[in-house]
Amino acid sequence: MRISLFRRGLGALAVGAALAVLPSAFAADLRIAIAADVTSIDPHFYNLFPNNNIAEHIFDKLVQMDPDSKMIPGIATSWKTIDATTWEFKLRKGVKFHDGSELTAEDVVFSIDRVPLVANSPGRFTAYTKAIVSKQIVDPYTLRLKYAAPYPLAPNDLSTIYIVSKKAAANATTDDFNSGKATIGSGRFKFVKYVNGDRVELARNDNYWGDKPVWDKVTFRIIKSEASRVAALLSGDVDAMEGVPTADLTRLKADPKFNITSKISHRVIYFNFDFLDRSSPFITAKDGKPLAKNPLQDIRVRRAISKAINRPAIAERVMEGQAIPSGQLVSATLFGNVPGLKAEVFDPEGAKKLLAEAGYPDGFNLTIHGPSGRYVNDEKIVQAVAQMLARVGIAAKVETAPMGPYSARASKQEFSFFMVGWGASTGEASSPLRSLLATYNTDKGLGAVNWGRYSNPKVDYLIEQAMQQVDDENRKIMLQRSTELAMADLGLLPIHFQFSMWATAKGITYVPRTDEYTLAFQFKPVKG
Amino acid sequence: MLVFIIRRSMQSVVVLLVMSLLVFVGVYAIGNPIDILINPQADQAERAQAIASLGLDKPLYAQYFTFLSGALHGDLGKSFVHATSALGLILERMPATMELAISATLIAVVLGIPLGLLAGLRPNGVAGRSIMAGSILGFSLPTFWVGLMLIMVFAVELHWLPSNGRGPTTLLFGLIPVSFMSWDGLKHLVLPATNLALFNLALLIRLTRAGTHEALLQDYVKFARAKGLANSRVIGVHVLRNILIPIVTVIGLQFGALIGFAIVTESVFAWPGMGKLLIDSINFLDRPVIVAYLLVIVFLFILINLVVDILYSALDPRVRISESKG
Repeated sequence: MRISLFRRGLGALAVGAALAVLPSAFAADLRIAIAADVTSIDPHFYNLFPNNNIAEHIFDKLVQMDPDSKMIPGIATSWKTIDATTWEFKLRKGVKFHDGSELTAEDVVFSIDRVPLVANSPGRFTAYTKAIVSKQIVDPYTLRLKYAAPYPLAPNDLSTIYIVSKKAAANATTDDFNSGKATIGSGRFKFVKYVNGDRVELARNDNYWGDKPVWDKVTFRIIKSEASRVAALLSGDVDAMEGVPTADLTRLKADPKFNITSKISHRVIYFNFDFLDRSSPFITAKDGKPLAKNPLQDIRVRRAISKAINRPAIAERVMEGQAIPSGQLVSATLFGNVPGLKAEVFDPEGAKKLLAEAGYPDGFNLTIHGPSGRYVNDEKIVQAVAQMLARVGIAAKVETAPMGPYSARASKQEFSFFMVGWGASTGEASSPLRSLLATYNTDKGLGAVNWGRYSNPKVDYLIEQAMQQVDDENRKIMLQRSTELAMADLGLLPIHFQFSMWATAKGITYVPRTDEYTLAFQFKPVKG
Repeated sequence: MLVFIIRRSMQSVVVLLVMSLLVFVGVYAIGNPIDILINPQADQAERAQAIASLGLDKPLYAQYFTFLSGALHGDLGKSFVHATSALGLILERMPATMELAISATLIAVVLGIPLGLLAGLRPNGVAGRSIMAGSILGFSLPTFWVGLMLIMVFAVELHWLPSNGRGPTTLLFGLIPVSFMSWDGLKHLVLPATNLALFNLALLIRLTRAGTHEALLQDYVKFARAKGLANSRVIGVHVLRNILIPIVTVIGLQFGALIGFAIVTESVFAWPGMGKLLIDSINFLDRPVIVAYLLVIVFLFILINLVVDILYSALDPRVRISESKG
């Protein structure tokens, strides 16, 4: 309702929208509208996307990710294993913090040590540091990290740990970071100001060791409402925005005053099946009576559901072309992608046949659950899937809820068939495999988000082997093999990889990123 | 008077206590926030650790008593996602919301009462009829839509005003950050304040008109006119003073509502006030902030009602605050 009204408004008025800032005036400042709330500036307090997005500007990491989520040198110029369980990182020399002091291995160790100690954290970065058994500073520019077992993901893990200054952050609280007192990094921008719920201001670090950004001053404005974000761009109050609503896409694309950039994201949108041996909570027979057995335990029923879903139609119509249908967990450029593993072909007749074979010729009643406002067009996707299932005889209803209450129920196995999204933030397939498809196992820390409780010992074995396989080629094969097995089982049902979209005022371009980050230094003015 | 205030305060404490319990249990019932708070990559052990670190592993009554004992010392708990005091967060955001609500009330009063008087005095004139027609729009158009249209017209098309956000702030009395002291700040304030004022403006117009209409038929007005008093004195003193009581009540009650429900306007205009904080906190199930916010709002309502009661007696000498009944 809100969006369509707004589109009508846009239709009438976008023509009249003139740009407040002309290309020649860009030189100094950049104002970016971001879609989610930054809850803190402390880079170790809370592993949350918008917080990390800001930290990316102020702090450096040992290993960086390029726009395609490939690892590139950051503070570490090189890294290698020196024995089965030890990684050695060589640090860049002459890197200066914003206060002028030099960044050394001491600061790196301090930062790693600080991760588990931050008080009152709702979500730490410990997943990426807890495997480290000991740290050894060989000299100020050489750091050795020892792990209990062979650990191939050390560089991936350290690409998430921001390096703070030991001098400035010793005994610093999260409040000290928010006020700027302890916010001393070595990144491209210096911290200026953080107004909770409103904005973050940064200024260029002229002593940055790498390419210096062109912007003197960057302001991130937090504008959560999609329509308001678009209006801010149209009115020239901001120069760029993230999270372009698909509803406004056509309009913005047609307007020569704006550029749209989009890129396939590392986020896969998928459905979980209830694998538990029970009468599944939201499935009943057509007459409304509970079914004794959970039909989703039958691979034929899962396959039928997969065949009944027209993924290209969802990508084209619901997502306005801003998605690619998927048959696996990570997209083509990411480590562990299985070349040739395609999305299931739309085949409603085949689906009906499989349902009949499985003993449900008339289908059954199903309530599909999904989050609202969490992923791009999440509610619409769930509704589209429900309609598609209805066509093969599965009478599907839809229930959606905000992510908070939704995930609280989904994680307690209260649903039968439900949508989730997963971003492979370490840039490779072990992230979704470990969390989504490995058997739920508290001792091993596996399957933490395996909300459907899929379990296949062969898949588990391959994942665990891969986790210890330092040789990249072998590890890749193991990840691919386990993905193939789990996908053949339909351990979960991938729908598509969503695109992230940015819109900029004409005269500015953005280098889009797989990891969805909106990084000020990747906005570039166009000459001329 | 003093007894009245003391009695009111005691009642208020009970209301606050009941309120806190209801909200606490309500938010608890929605579910454990850990699944939305924690990064999905975390494993089970980290989840357990985060749950413990936020105190969510304890039974409900234990969590509530921890909260209560903190509240007695003026500490309403720490926000899960901001790691700072929940009350501090709200107080930090409060000036922005107050500024918006006060501006909106001013707009509604300054425009609404004269327009309503005019409509009441000339109910069948062109002005009177158009004012009443306009007030229907103010009632019936949804706030978010009007907000977006204001943005489309004044920011996107005409470029007269900024589309969203709060302008630069300066400290009032060296304490409260306000934005209306600067030109840029005022420009940022105009659209959201107008948007928020519309409903109340319509309400005040109708209320004033009805009151005026009724008062004009009363004997004392006829008597005043018969005495030969100037029209301005009849309207300005005799009529206006007598219709002010319901108007003050409504302004008072609506002021509370403006603060509480500025949420929509704050979201549309990305205005960094308390309402936006509440929405964000609900999305995170950030219970300490939700509870603290609602307690602050209840407290404000109690305070406003008290002020309205006292204003009554100032406006109308017949109203005496009763010492015995309270």
